[in-house]
Amino acid sequence: MFSPHISPTGSPVEPMISIIGLYKSFGDNDVLNGIDLEIGRGESLMLVGGSGAGKSVFIKHLIGLLQPDEGHVVVDGIDLTVAAPEAVLELRKRFGMTFQEGALFDSMTVGDNIAFPIRRHTSKSAKEVTARVRECLEMVRLPDIEDKMPSELSGGMRRRVGFARAIALEPGILLFDEPTTGLDPINTAAIGNVINQLRTELGVTAVTITHDMGLATKIADRVAMLRRGRILLVDTPERFLESENWFVQAFINGEVPEEDHL
Amino acid sequence: MVEATARPAGIVGWLDHFGSLIVRGLDDLGRFFYIMSSSVMWTFRRPFDGTELMRQMVRVGWDSIPVVFLTCLFTGMVLALQTYRGFERFHAEGFVGSVVALSLTRELAPVLTGLMVAGRVGSAMAAELGTMRVTEQIDALYAMATEPVHYLVVPRVNASVLMLPILTLVGDAVGIIGGWLISVGLFGANSYLYMERTFQFLEVNDITSGLVKAAFFGLILSVTGCAKGFYTSGGAEGVGRATTSAVVTACLYILLSDFFLTKILF
Repeated sequence: MFSPHISPTGSPVEPMISIIGLYKSFGDNDVLNGIDLEIGRGESLMLVGGSGAGKSVFIKHLIGLLQPDEGHVVVDGIDLTVAAPEAVLELRKRFGMTFQEGALFDSMTVGDNIAFPIRRHTSKSAKEVTARVRECLEMVRLPDIEDKMPSELSGGMRRRVGFARAIALEPGILLFDEPTTGLDPINTAAIGNVINQLRTELGVTAVTITHDMGLATKIADRVAMLRRGRILLVDTPERFLESENWFVQAFINGEVPEEDHL
Repeated sequence: MVEATARPAGIVGWLDHFGSLIVRGLDDLGRFFYIMSSSVMWTFRRPFDGTELMRQMVRVGWDSIPVVFLTCLFTGMVLALQTYRGFERFHAEGFVGSVVALSLTRELAPVLTGLMVAGRVGSAMAAELGTMRVTEQIDALYAMATEPVHYLVVPRVNASVLMLPILTLVGDAVGIIGGWLISVGLFGANSYLYMERTFQFLEVNDITSGLVKAAFFGLILSVTGCAKGFYTSGGAEGVGRATTSAVVTACLYILLSDFFLTKILF
C-alpha cells in the first residue's frame, strides 16, 4: 500500500514528532532503554509489543504525561521535556488520547464526558456542543446514549465513548492506547474506519498501541515493534509482516518463543 | 519471586525504621505544600469554574451541617454539665455561660468542626481523587489540556476555606444553645442571667479568631485530602490507604497547627 506520508526507504516524509534517546525507569525496572523514532505529519503509526514492553509508558511520553529520565520528545519543534508547563498545556489541546479502560469521568454522563473538552476549550453554544457530542457518538456507532452514566456501559462501550471524547475537539494528533481491545470485529472495523476517515478529512497524525495485526494492516502507514524498551523493527505493514526477525514472526503468528531467545 | 529485603536487626534496624518514617513524613509534607501552593497559583487563573465551586460548597458546607450541629450541640451540653458541677463547688455557677461561650468560640467549635469535616469530606476527597488517579481519569484531564489541580483541587480547597468558618459559626451558636439547655433546663439556672453572662465576657475577637482558625483547618483538611488522593498508587487498596491516611494526617495537622494558631491569634 502506498502512503504519501512515508518515503520508499520507510522514513516519514515530514517528521512531526521526534523521539530522541528516550530512557525511563521506575525504581529498578528499566522500561524504556533508548528509543529513537520519528513520526511523520499525517502518518498512522502502530506500536506493537508484548504485555509490559513499555508501550503505554512510551505513548504517555508523547503527550508529556510522563517525563523521561533521559532523552527528548519534540512535537512540531516544541521539546516537551524542557518546555514551560503553559506551552505543554497549550500543545495538548492539539492532542486527543484514549486510554485502555476509557478513563471516563464517572461522575458525569456520557454526553458531559464528550462535551468536557469542548466546553473547556471553545466558546461553542450549548446547541453546538450538543450537536458535536451527537456527531462524535454516531461516529463510534453509539447514538442516543448521551444521558447514560459510564457505570451503565459495557467495557467496549466505555472505550468507544473514550474514543468519541478524544476526537471531540478535532485534534491534529491522536494517541490510542489499545482502542480495540475487547471489541467485537464489527466495532473494531468501525474504529478503524473512523481513524481512516479522520486522517482523510483532517490529516490527523495517529499513534496507536495495539495487539491487533489486522487493524495494523488496515490503518497503519508503519508498524513499530517495541521489545525490552527498544524499537526492534519499524517498517510498512507489508514489510513488517514479511520480516525475517524471529521475534516479530513469533508475535505475528502467536507462537511462544524459545526460552533462550527471551 | 523477589525476596523482601530483611530489615537489619538491633539499633541499625531501629534507625532504619525511624529514618524511613522521617523520609515518608517529609515526602507527605512536601506533597502537601506543593498541592497547596499550586492550588493558590491556579485559583487566579482562567477559566473560573463557579458551578464546581458551588457544588463543592454544598458538599463541604450544607451537607456537613447535621454532623456539626450534633457535635457542637452535645459538646455545649457536656461542657455545661461538667462546668456546672465543678463551679457549683465554689458557688460560681453563674459563669457557666461565659465558660461555654469562650471555650466554644475560641477552641472547641473550630477544632471539632475541622476534625468532623476532615473525617467526612477530607476522606471523600482522597477517595474521589484516588479513584480518578488509579483509573487514569487524572491522566485524561492532563491529556485534555486541563490541569487537574485547577479543575479538581482548587474548587475543593476554596470551598473548604469558605465553608469551615460558616460551619464553625453554626457550631458556636448551637453549642451555646446546648449549654443553655442544660443550665436552664436541667439545673434551673436563670435564662436571662445565663445569656447575659454568655455575652458579657465574649469579645468579637474571640469569635473572629475562631473563624480564622476554622479557615486554616479548612485549608489543611482539603489540601491533605486532595494531596493524598492525587498521589494515590496501588489500585483499590491504594485508594483505601490514601483515604485512611488523609483523615489521620489531616486530624494530626489540625491539632498541631491549632496550638501554633492559638499562640499567634490570642
